[in-house]
Amino acid sequence: MRDEAAAATPPVLEASGVAKRFGAVTALSDAALTIRAGEVVALMGANGAGKSTFVKILTGALRRDGGTIRLHGRDGTLASPAAARAAGIVPVYQEPALIPDLDVAQNLRLGDTPVEPFLHWVRELGVEGLRLDETAGRLPLATLRILDLARAIAAEPDVLMLDEMTAALPTDLVERVLRVVREQADAGRAVIYISHRFTEIAELCDRAVVLRDGATVGDLRIEPGVEDRVVEMMLGAALTPGARGARARAAAPTGTPRLRVAGLGAGTALEDVSFDLHAGEVLGMVALEGQGQDELFDVLAGFRPAARGRLEIDGRPASFRHPADAIAAGLTYVPGDRAEALLSERSVRENIALPLVARPRRWGPIAMRREAERVDAAIARMQIDTRAMGEVRRLSGGNQQKVTIGRWLAAGVETLLLFDPTRGIDVRTKRQIYELVRELAGQGAAVLYFTSELEEVRLACDRAVVMFKGRVVEILDAADASDARLMRSAYGLAPEEADA
Amino acid sequence: MSAGADRPAALARVGRFLADRPVLPLLVLLALLVAILEYMRPGIVNERWIANTVKFAIPLAMLAACQTLTMFTGGIDLSAGIAATVAAFVMATMTPLLGAPLAILVSLVPALLIGLVNGIGIAFAHVHPLIMTLGTGLVATGCLQVYQRFVIATGSVVPEALAWLGTGRTWGFPNALVLFLPFAALILYAQSRSGFGRLLFALGSNCHAARLSGVRAWQVYLALYMLSALIAGITGLLYVGLIKAPSLSLVNPLMLPSVAAAVIGGTSIFGGRGSYTGTIVGALILTVLGTLLTLLQMPEGARRILYGAIILAVTAIYVRLTEQT
Repeated sequence: MRDEAAAATPPVLEASGVAKRFGAVTALSDAALTIRAGEVVALMGANGAGKSTFVKILTGALRRDGGTIRLHGRDGTLASPAAARAAGIVPVYQEPALIPDLDVAQNLRLGDTPVEPFLHWVRELGVEGLRLDETAGRLPLATLRILDLARAIAAEPDVLMLDEMTAALPTDLVERVLRVVREQADAGRAVIYISHRFTEIAELCDRAVVLRDGATVGDLRIEPGVEDRVVEMMLGAALTPGARGARARAAAPTGTPRLRVAGLGAGTALEDVSFDLHAGEVLGMVALEGQGQDELFDVLAGFRPAARGRLEIDGRPASFRHPADAIAAGLTYVPGDRAEALLSERSVRENIALPLVARPRRWGPIAMRREAERVDAAIARMQIDTRAMGEVRRLSGGNQQKVTIGRWLAAGVETLLLFDPTRGIDVRTKRQIYELVRELAGQGAAVLYFTSELEEVRLACDRAVVMFKGRVVEILDAADASDARLMRSAYGLAPEEADA
Repeated sequence: MSAGADRPAALARVGRFLADRPVLPLLVLLALLVAILEYMRPGIVNERWIANTVKFAIPLAMLAACQTLTMFTGGIDLSAGIAATVAAFVMATMTPLLGAPLAILVSLVPALLIGLVNGIGIAFAHVHPLIMTLGTGLVATGCLQVYQRFVIATGSVVPEALAWLGTGRTWGFPNALVLFLPFAALILYAQSRSGFGRLLFALGSNCHAARLSGVRAWQVYLALYMLSALIAGITGLLYVGLIKAPSLSLVNPLMLPSVAAAVIGGTSIFGGRGSYTGTIVGALILTVLGTLLTLLQMPEGARRILYGAIILAVTAIYVRLTEQT
């Protein structure tokens, strides 16, 4: 059934040339996907390739700007998620869809889900002893995901769309899910499967559709060795193993590390992470979405406690109950989302000077001249364009990001935790941030630099840690960190033989 | 964002100009109200009238400081009026027993207690300030009634010094300015040039960002609500010197105007934005507006309707003019 019959039957869903713009940003230019009954198709692409936009268009959550979508051979323009559902396209998104304040039965009634089939699929998917009067919000995340899937299957869809279905699941449930999904396909449903995990894709899927920069660049049969082709396609042709940054290989750091992370675990996503970060070093970090990096940074910044493992600062054990503890230990954090870090209605000066007044013994009068000197020095060093002085929200994104970093320059940098600091900012500002990071390291600071742009590892870092499924899979020298090698690692694939 | 494109650039520029100088339109409004008053009753605006207006605006402006400071953090203090009444009532009933100086000190203790409970509830139990201060306000009202039963025999005395401060004038100036000018100077200094003031705005603007910068929010909330209660207590003492008749509902009439003064003055109830300067002008505007409506000799109901409607209109226009969201 898996291959031969497929070509004969007409496609259930056929999308081609799908385009979508958000203002000046083109999210999709030419996305295409064809799927027949009985097929499981993996939708793949690096972060920002346009997967989620494409999925939202296919499920009626967004309107497309161009292209065609045909459902059962007819026009498949879907005005809303409800219309998509009625047309037989049922998605399971990454975030649990049950309303947390209602119990399971009430949630089922809201979605008109038949109870008996639902319970059948819940048992089939390996969840025992579910009570319908249990409040959804009290159930563990893994169970909620299973309930979402059971609800979707009980709706008997033509096209089942699964977005990172297995991300929060323990191994035994993953196997159950893969089996049930395969059975669903064999029973004649079409399944679109979005995942970062090659092993699951190899086990479950018939084909892989690869997106890059908003366009479908490949449609491949799943067969042994296809992983390399998929990674190549996700990266694009320009990236040969020789494409390296100008930075020289750094000497291997020695001595007591500024920060030692040993066996750290927290929540379901962060399993077991260990690495050393030395003074004078920029340590890059690469991971696909949801591999535990958010939890890692939360623990390091003092936002959540570690469940397992140790932290050492300059050789001494440390644990943080509040970001203030982390800051006192020299760990300062710049989050990926600027909105989390900025006082948008306040001035640049107040934003930058905030850490200086945080402790109660600084609550008194501010030495305005000294503060101005420190803030001005930070503004000058970050080259913040303060023509739009006044509220920070009037600044451009790049200048806002500089403010979030500049804050720690004014306070004094020992260990800087940067989470994707160049996301969504212009090229010139990116350059300035790389230079600044190098300069800080040169002055003895230690920098942990998470990035979702692989080339930044070579442009700004000395070494790089790659995380997958909550664990460190590889620590490599930045000079060796070709995009292909980083991407393979990030997808949990074994390193290439010798030098590719 | 799209609104900015539709709107004429000139208006946007005016808005930005006003956003940087938020007190300007308020002063214009105040002058306008005074002009209307003078037009309706020529000769009414004289030295004596001004002193009287200032005298009544001062307790309102002080109670509105409680609202302004808590609003900086996105909170509110609905127990401030009761804390003020408690302080005034306890002081007046204790004066015959303890003498004025000691009675004044003792009277601030229950007010601070209200602030402490507010602070604990808001900082540790994360109760919304609106609910928390409403609750403690009701509890304190009840406690005051019980207290009244016990002290019914002692009688009450308003000390001379407070009456002098509340009602007296020196060279034409209300004596209350002796208290108010340093008070206002302190608040204005603290809001922009003290670490504590910065943290109030920081918590109101983005408490996550404040936490990320090492601010322990509970410390700030606890200190803030105790400070607010202290200010309320002092306001109560001043106000009883003005009214000279302590009662269980003494400061109640100032309660909602104190919120209105802060809001009219441009302090955002959502936090992160505002200034005590605006609140002071707001308190003056409300006081003049009160006089104006009394002069119109409307029935009480109509007067209140107009009072409420004007507050809503002023706030709506003001917010529209100064916030470019």
